[in-house]
Amino acid sequence: MNIKSQKDFFSGLMFMGVGLAFAWGATTYSVGQGARMGPGYFPLYLGVLMAILGAAITFSSLVVESVGGDKIGKWAWKPLFFIILANLVFGVLLAGLPSLKIPAAGLIVAIYALVFIASMGEAGWKVKNTFILATILAAGSYVAFVLALKLQFQVWPAFITG
Amino acid sequence: MDLIQNLALGFGVAFTPINLLYCLVGCILGTLIGVLPGIGPVATIAMLLPATYALPPVSALIMLAGIYYDAQYGGSTTAILVNLPGESSSVVTCIDGYQMARRGRAGPALAAAGIGSFFAGCVGTLILAAFAPPLTELAFKFGPAEYFALMILGLIGAVVLASGSLLKAIAMIVLGLLLGLVGTDVNSGVARFSFDIPELTDGIGFVVIAMGVFGYGEIISNLAQPEHEREVFTAGVTGLMPTKEDFKRMAPAMLRGTFLGSALGILPGGGALLAAFAAYALEKKIKMQPGEVPFGQGNIRGVAAPESANNAGSQTSFIPLLTLGIPPNAVMALMVGAMTIHNIQPGPQVMTSNPELFWGLIASMWIGNAMLVILNLPLIGIWIKLLTVPYRYLFPAIVLFCAIGVYSTNNNTWDVWMVGIFGVIGYTFVKIGCEPAPLLLGFILGPMMEENLRRALLLSRGSWSVFVTRPLSAGLLAAALLMLIIVLLPAVKNKRKEAFVEE
Repeated sequence: MNIKSQKDFFSGLMFMGVGLAFAWGATTYSVGQGARMGPGYFPLYLGVLMAILGAAITFSSLVVESVGGDKIGKWAWKPLFFIILANLVFGVLLAGLPSLKIPAAGLIVAIYALVFIASMGEAGWKVKNTFILATILAAGSYVAFVLALKLQFQVWPAFITG
Repeated sequence: MDLIQNLALGFGVAFTPINLLYCLVGCILGTLIGVLPGIGPVATIAMLLPATYALPPVSALIMLAGIYYDAQYGGSTTAILVNLPGESSSVVTCIDGYQMARRGRAGPALAAAGIGSFFAGCVGTLILAAFAPPLTELAFKFGPAEYFALMILGLIGAVVLASGSLLKAIAMIVLGLLLGLVGTDVNSGVARFSFDIPELTDGIGFVVIAMGVFGYGEIISNLAQPEHEREVFTAGVTGLMPTKEDFKRMAPAMLRGTFLGSALGILPGGGALLAAFAAYALEKKIKMQPGEVPFGQGNIRGVAAPESANNAGSQTSFIPLLTLGIPPNAVMALMVGAMTIHNIQPGPQVMTSNPELFWGLIASMWIGNAMLVILNLPLIGIWIKLLTVPYRYLFPAIVLFCAIGVYSTNNNTWDVWMVGIFGVIGYTFVKIGCEPAPLLLGFILGPMMEENLRRALLLSRGSWSVFVTRPLSAGLLAAALLMLIIVLLPAVKNKRKEAFVEE
């Protein structure tokens, strides 16, 4: 049996898996009946519905022809890794991680880190240009978010402000 | 005249200098972000939402309305100049708009889009103001069964009008509904699917999903494609004013587009998108005048009509939101989220309990449209410059704004971790070909649907027949079913495929 649409095949599997997971999770709460719906009632039926839809999608991906096999193609691991990493590092630096005893480094440091790490996700990045971009964004964010909008941030590292 | 009185009240609220200023700021920001290629209105609004947190509710909504219209117009600008639709509803604008730009007529094309949008916006606002009160009356007759049926109709409408696989779109809605249920159940107090994580008992933030899936997911998939050489027509934009002849052709096209757009916008589902497609198809059917450029080669009617239609449609799509509290598309779902952040529960009660807000918002829509013309046409040169900024400088900035945005929603790093997870999920959706917009709609509607289903079944003592025995609810469900059947008819199915391929 050939997979005729790779995208549909895997998305169908995903819907089946996630649907079953939700339905199974819902059974751990009280389900109840129509007239007295428990917290598990709605998610249980939605989960089952989603699993059925997923099965239908997977089934059709094995039967219905599609142009060029509808390939998923290569995953862009590099940008995926660096964008998500930039986001996580930004969070850690901005507010610190009390559970790991990492002190907050503040907004400015976090912005430089985010811009540099995110830029690495793109092939032709240059240190100098990225530095200029980070400086502009740091200054702009300070003016816009801290001075103008008065959002609450720790701006400078904890060891400076104390 | 109630209408005039109400509008006067609204303009009184919106026309304070401070609110006008917020509207202006919203317009500038909206265009600024909306004009950037690859960022649609959903991502734009999600990204700029934090900027409104500190404002009073009326000002915040006025600013958001400004952001919304200008983000949409920004999408049309990129459609005309770069052949890159910022969102699905400006796909048709690309066809003739880009051709006009290639013939050195970018100026009149942009002007036609702007003027058409403004005219349609004015008409749409009037329709909204006239229809909202009677529809609100109707809304008070709605019981839980009707609300549930209406939401089904809305969700089905949203998927049949979207492009791509119907089954997948429905599955994405269901996934959205399920994600919306995460957190504490209001009735029993049970924390569902929270894995004993305290932050998850509050549910997943909608800003987190919108930014992760629409922001990060898009950026990653954009970076994965090699930067293709884009032709940007910056030099060609000299004469903005359309010629007399252009006006003669534009005006009737604008009228037709506005009329069609207003009617289709009220329908649940992607009103603006359908409106633009329908308006373009209609223009193509109308007889050519002698000496007119054929469609597909830069006909000004092919820009004016769909642009008017999509603006009229996006205006009237506020009607179901404001009167019934049900968002008809992803952008409106975001507006619901924005309103809830400001402690406003959209629905029929807003108009009676908070008339300043309701009419102020409607007035501000008109102001937003007016500003669009006043601001964008003279400043078009600046916006065009933005188009030439390379993506490598744009995307770190977008990542930064998303990160700051989610953090400032709750001042909590938990949301920053979550947006990372949803970024990965969003990219996965892109890879396996799942359109994320229905997910967001489902996410907002999830808790509402459950609550109305619960109430409806409680009242009927568990009998599902309540949905078909009450006439209003039965009618709505029949309409939903009809929509599904029509889309599945082989003739329509092929047409639908054609329409969406026509980009």
